Amino acid sequence: MVTEAMWTVLQQVPNQARTWQGFIDALLKKGINDFILLSFLLFAIGVAGVLTRRNILIIFMSIELILNAANLNFIAFTRYWQMSGRLSEHMGHVFTIFIIVVAAAEAVIGLGIVIALYRNRQTVAIDEIDLLKW
Amino acid sequence: MEQLFFVIFAGIALIGAVNLLLRRNPLYAALSLLTTMAALTGLYIMLKAYFIAVIQVIIYAGAIVVLFLFVIMLFNIRAVERQTDRRGYLKWLALPFAIILIGQFLYIVRLFEENPTPVGTEIGFTEAVGRKLFTAYLLPFELTSVLILAAIIGAVVLAQKE
Repeated sequence: MVTEAMWTVLQQVPNQARTWQGFIDALLKKGINDFILLSFLLFAIGVAGVLTRRNILIIFMSIELILNAANLNFIAFTRYWQMSGRLSEHMGHVFTIFIIVVAAAEAVIGLGIVIALYRNRQTVAIDEIDLLKW
Repeated sequence: MEQLFFVIFAGIALIGAVNLLLRRNPLYAALSLLTTMAALTGLYIMLKAYFIAVIQVIIYAGAIVVLFLFVIMLFNIRAVERQTDRRGYLKWLALPFAIILIGQFLYIVRLFEENPTPVGTEIGFTEAVGRKLFTAYLLPFELTSVLILAAIIGAVVLAQKE
C-alpha cells in the first residue's frame, strides 16, 4: 500500500487534483509491493551497516539482516504467485530454509574466526586487523 | 486490519534495523537484530508461511542471535568506534549506487503493479513444505547436512587453543 501510494503520486503528478485522493485510495490497497519495499529497506540498512561499521560483530549482524531481507522477498513472492503457475508452490519456502541453514553455518564459522582473532589480537575493529595488507 | 498489522510489524522491523545500524555497543545491536527477526516472524505469519515463521524463531532468534550474544558476553567485547575517515572521497560513490538501487526497486514495483490477489488456499504448513523438501529437494537437503558437518568441523578447529 505504501509503494502503491508512492507510485500513484509519481504517476499523477501532472493532474494535481486527484493526487491525494489517489494516494489515500492506494494506501488502502494491499499488495506485494509493500513487502518488496520493506525488504529493500532492510537490505539497504544491512548494506549500510556492512560498509560503515568497524566492529566485525556488527558487520556479521548486518549480513544476517541482508539474508533476512532476501528471505522476506522469497516468502512474499511465493505467497502472491502461488497460483499463477509460473513458480512452484513451495519453492520460496524451501529456498528460505536453505538460506537459514547456510546463515547458521556462516554464523558459526564467522564467530569461530572472531574468537580466534580476538584471542590473538584482542580487537574486533576491522581496520586494526591488517596483517594481510602489507 | 491487515494493513494495520503490516504497518506495525514493518515499523518494528525497521526500527530494530536502524537501531542495529546506530548502536555502538554490540550487545544492544544483537538485541536490535532480535527485535527485527521477531517482527519478521509476524510478517511471515501474515504471508501464510507458518513453518518458516517457526523456523525463524527457533533458528534465527533462538540459535544464531544467542550465539552472537554468547560470543559478545563471553569475551566481553565492548564498543570499538574510532572514526578514521582515510578515504572520504569514497563516500560520494554512495550516491550513484543508491540511485541504481532505487531505480531497480521502482522498476520491479512497476512490473508487478497489477497486484495479483492472493487466493484463499493456505500454504506453508509443515506437512506441505516438508513433503516438498523430502521429495523434490532431497538432494540439496542432504548436501546441506554435508555443509553443516563442514561447519561443525571448522568451528571446532577454529576455536581450539593451539
